[in-house]
Parts: sequence; C-alpha cells; structure tokens
Amino acid sequence: MNTTNTTNTITAPDHPPTALATAGAYASRTIRQFARTPQLLVVGALTSVMFLLIFRYVFGGAIDTGAIAYVDFLIPALAAAAGLFSSGATGVAEDADSGLFDRLRSLPVPRAAVLLGRSLADTALVMWSVVVTIVVGFAVGFRIGGGPLEALAAFGLCVLFAAAFSWLMIYLGLISGTAQAAQGISFSVFPLIFVSSAYVPVESMPGWLQPVAEHQPVTAMVGAVRALTIDADAAMVLGHSTSWFVVRALLWSVVILAVFATLSTRRFARGG
Amino acid sequence: MIVTEPSHDRALDAAASRAHSNRPPAIEAVGLTKRYGDVEALAGLDLVAPAGQVTAVLGPNGAGKTTFVKAVATLLRPDRGSLHVVGIDAITHPQQIRRVIGLAGQNAAVEPALTGRENLVMVARLFGHRRAAARAAADSVLAEIGLTDDADRPVRGYSGGMRRRLDLGASLVGAPRLLLLDEPTTGLDPRTRLELWGSIRALVRGGTDVLLTTQYLEEADQLADHVVIIDHGRSIATGSPTELKARAGRDVVDVRVRHAADLGRTADLLAPLSSDAPHLDPPARRITVPVADGTARLTDAVRAITADGIELDDIGLRRPTLDEVFLALTAHDA
Ligand SMILES: Nc1ncnc2c1ncn2[C@@H]1O[C@H](COP(=O)(O)OP(=O)(O)OP(=O)(O)O)[C@@H](O)[C@H]1O
Ligand SMILES: [Mg+2]
Repeated sequence: MNTTNTTNTITAPDHPPTALATAGAYASRTIRQFARTPQLLVVGALTSVMFLLIFRYVFGGAIDTGAIAYVDFLIPALAAAAGLFSSGATGVAEDADSGLFDRLRSLPVPRAAVLLGRSLADTALVMWSVVVTIVVGFAVGFRIGGGPLEALAAFGLCVLFAAAFSWLMIYLGLISGTAQAAQGISFSVFPLIFVSSAYVPVESMPGWLQPVAEHQPVTAMVGAVRALTIDADAAMVLGHSTSWFVVRALLWSVVILAVFATLSTRRFARGG
Repeated sequence: MIVTEPSHDRALDAAASRAHSNRPPAIEAVGLTKRYGDVEALAGLDLVAPAGQVTAVLGPNGAGKTTFVKAVATLLRPDRGSLHVVGIDAITHPQQIRRVIGLAGQNAAVEPALTGRENLVMVARLFGHRRAAARAAADSVLAEIGLTDDADRPVRGYSGGMRRRLDLGASLVGAPRLLLLDEPTTGLDPRTRLELWGSIRALVRGGTDVLLTTQYLEEADQLADHVVIIDHGRSIATGSPTELKARAGRDVVDVRVRHAADLGRTADLLAPLSSDAPHLDPPARRITVPVADGTARLTDAVRAITADGIELDDIGLRRPTLDEVFLALTAHDA
C-alpha cells in the first residue's frame, strides 16, 4: 500500500465535544443506520399495522367498547404504546457487542450524553411506525373526533411516551449482554401492554386483574391519547376526564424517563 | 529490565524525527491488578512502554492483553496499582487520557450501514472536531489508510481487511499521541496483514507512539522496538525482539523428513539431544528441538538419523524464532 503520511496535517481538537454534539453524532449515525436498513423500517411499521388489522378485523367485533367505535379505541392505543414494541434494546446490545461502546467510552465525550443520542434515534424510529399506523388507520375507518389542537397534543404525548419507553429499552439492552438476549428480554414488557386498556376495556377483565390494569402507566397513557382524539360525548365512556388521564400519563412518563435514563446513563458511564 | 536498543532502520527514523528524549513513557504501569470473580486477569502487571517506540504486548489467549488495553483506554478501573499514560494518572484523570489516545479494539467497531467516510466523520466529531475539521480529518485519514476510492461505499461491502483498516483509521482522526491496537491483524489473511503492517509503520514514522497486542510473534518481531511478554496477568519477559531471542540462548536443530511416516521415529532419535522434548509439526514434516551445544548436537543428530536410514529433505542449525522463545517462556501452559 502506498501510504503517504498525512496524519501531521490533522491537529488534535482544542476542546472535547459538547453534550449536544455527542448526542447528535450518535443519533445521526443511528438514524442513518435505520434509514438504510429496510428490515428495521419495515418490520417496525409492519408489526404495528398487523396488530391494527388483526384487532380491527378479527378480535374487534367481539370487544365491546360501548359508544366508541373499536377502531377509534384501538388506534390511540397503538400510537401511545408503540415504544414498547421498539427494537431499541436489541440495537443497544448490538452496539455494545460490536465494540462501538468501548470506542465511545475511550473518546473524550461527556458520557452522560451518549445514550441521549440513542434515545433520540429510537424515538424517531418508533414515531415512524406510529405515523404509518395512523395513516393505515385512516384507511380502515379511524376518525379524529376532537379538535386539531387536541390531536396535536395527543401526537406530542405519543412522542413523549416513545421517548420514555426508549430509555426503558436502552436499559434492557444494556443489561442483557447479547442481541438475542435483548430480543428475549424485550418481550417481558408485553404484559404491560396486554394488561391495560390498550386492546380491551379494563371492565371486561377478571375482578382481581382490574386494579392492576387500571393503575399501570400504559392505561393512563392510552387513556390520555384516546380522550384527546375522540369527541367529547364519547369521552364520557372512558370513565375519567381528559385531564385526569393526561396528568397521570405525564407523571408516569416523567417517572419512567427519569428512572431509566439515570440507571442507563450510570451503567454506561461506569463501563463494562 | 533490559534496556532496548532500536534495532531497525524504522526505529532510527522514528527516533530522528522526534527530538523529545525527555518525554515521559507512553505507558507506565506498576503492580496493576484486575480481578473478575475468580480470575485474576491482571495479577500485578508491571509494564513500561517507552515514548517514541512501538511496544508489543505478546501473550497467549487469556493472558490479560485486552484487560490491560482497556485499563489504558480508561474503559475499566484497575483494582490496585498505578497507571500513567503519557505522564498523566489514568486512574484520577481518565478524561485527560481520552483526549490523547486512539483505540482500535479487538473487534472492528465500524457501522456496516454507513460509508467509510461517515464512520470516520462520526468518530472525528466525537473527538471534538467541528464539522469542517471532522471532514478534513476523515479525508486525510482515508488517504493514509488507502481507502479514498472506497470512501463513499457502505462498509457492508468492505472486505475484512478494509474494515480493519477503517477501524484503525477511526482511532487516528483525533490525531492521538498514543495509539492502542488490540490484536489489529487477527483474522486477516497474510497479504492483508502485510498491508496493515505497512499502515502501522507509516504511522510510527509520523511520530505516533503505538501499543499493540498480538498473539503473533512474527508481528511483534516485524513492528515492535520493545516487546513485553505477558502470561496470567504478569509480565514474564521484556526487551527488543533481538534481545529476547538471544535470551533464550539455545540454538535449534531443525529437521524436515521426506516421508511423514518417519516423523515419530526421528523424534525418538532426537529426544536424547536435549532436556526439552522435540516439537513436531506434522503438516510441514518438521521436527525442532532446542539444544545447548549447537554444532556438536547437530553432528549427533545427523549421525543418528543416517545410521537409521531415514531420508531427510533438510537438516540445519538456526537461532530460535520468537515463537520458540515464547513457547519456552510460557511452557507451563502447554
Ligand atoms: N468481563 C469479564 N468478565 C469475566 N472474566 C473476564 C472478563 N474479561 C476478561 N476476563 C477473563 O480475564 C482473563 C484475561 O482476559 P483478556 O481478555 O484480557 O485476555 P487476552 O489476553 O486479551 O486474550 P485473547 O488473546 O483471547 O484476546 C481471561 O481469563 C478472561 O476469561
Ligand atoms: Mg484480547
């Protein structure tokens, strides 16, 4: 190889990267990775759309949601809980395994900012499948009953929920060690989705399960998005006021985000 | 410890190009320990990598090479001992160390979905370069590692050797003073290995200090001015490749038989010549045995083999290779 030495022309940077530059570099690398890996884009969106179609057409007829059309009941749930179907844990485990995390830890980056980049990218990927699901939802009869501002607020909440769950997934990825294990561990969040008001009304569950379903985060989040997207009359059926759901959903998001961002960041900074 | 004499032209070039003889050692480790459960990955390792040189850390699987590199790269904290990198205390000031090192770990940590250039720009940004400087650093490194023509192709289409070179390049974009290469050529074919050696030599000429780990003696022999052999987390020998070879002291009787069937019998005939057992290499139909009194034992060997009527392709006496030094020093493993 005819190696002409040019290293001398590079000078070492004067300052280490800022937190923003660090998160930005990792986020933009990861988003590019997603954009160029069709499987990731397609599988994420397809899972969500499949749930939509199966529940809409197969189970939907058997589920009684009262004054709310089942499709209007379902789409807000898919959008609010999408972050729990994310492949973020696997991605994190892959980055740990490939040696990327070792390289990142050897660089003069603010370590607390690194995983923020991952969270941003994972949130973006989840929101992509949410958007696809909503578009398909419109095609199969979904209609927004509330005003446009409320719909916008609902979408904003979905972004917040996705961001909160992305930290949960990052943490699961960090503790799992290998990509396969991460994939397995990701399924452990499924009870959170199914034992909630996401697909069926809580009242249809056995009595002992109802308090669990009623008071867990996904029910609050799904309730908030539903309350904001259906018309005011139908919202009566939900059992609580819009603000009751929204306040609880916000609190839950902040708690999940704070707990798992702290745990993950500590674990990453401490090293392997 | 043996004082190292630069023994290659390359080392002299390097020495001439840097007039900093009073620089602190690139790495100075004293009594480093690191325990994983029952395993002592580092068991009181003392190691000095002099400034202005290529130091090779040589050791079998599990010797503690990667653990040591990770300690130097501030990826893990040693349990005990002191560790200074370019004069900075790595345990109390890890963030300062990260600004002067470049790490290429045992796996090529490059992202297949990104192009070679994108990979380098990302790492350059993470070193602290601004956007334009990051792009310039990437360009310069791409030229240096010979990947300019492939810079805008996704890495998933790269060969193993190209990925390794790119990974090496990623450790260079921050213009580090000390480069840490953990088994940089493992898994490469001989031609690709030669190419990578060329890249590493060019860097050394440019004035970067290098610490590399390897299981290949030949690699240490080719690239390093200073070799530290470690085993079970301890340093067991140190010196220049020439010194280490001289240190083993004994010559080697090297025999190649014509018919593989004769290997066993020939080994039996050679066994009395040495306190060490003969080493068999069946695919090459070779037998080697280290001997104390070279010429006399060679004569004995020829006499015994001809008396037995065994046909030989080759027989001779030679200096030991680093491989043999290494095997002798780590013999308790075998
Ligand atoms: N994270 C870890 N947890 C438990 N044991 C570990 C860990 N890392 C290393 N070890 C053990 O420490 C010892 C030294 O490992 P290390 O990876 O440093 O060896 P090495 O010289 O790099 O080997 P190789 O040539 O195979 O890369 C080994 O016995 C290994 O099993
Ligand atoms: Mg290793």
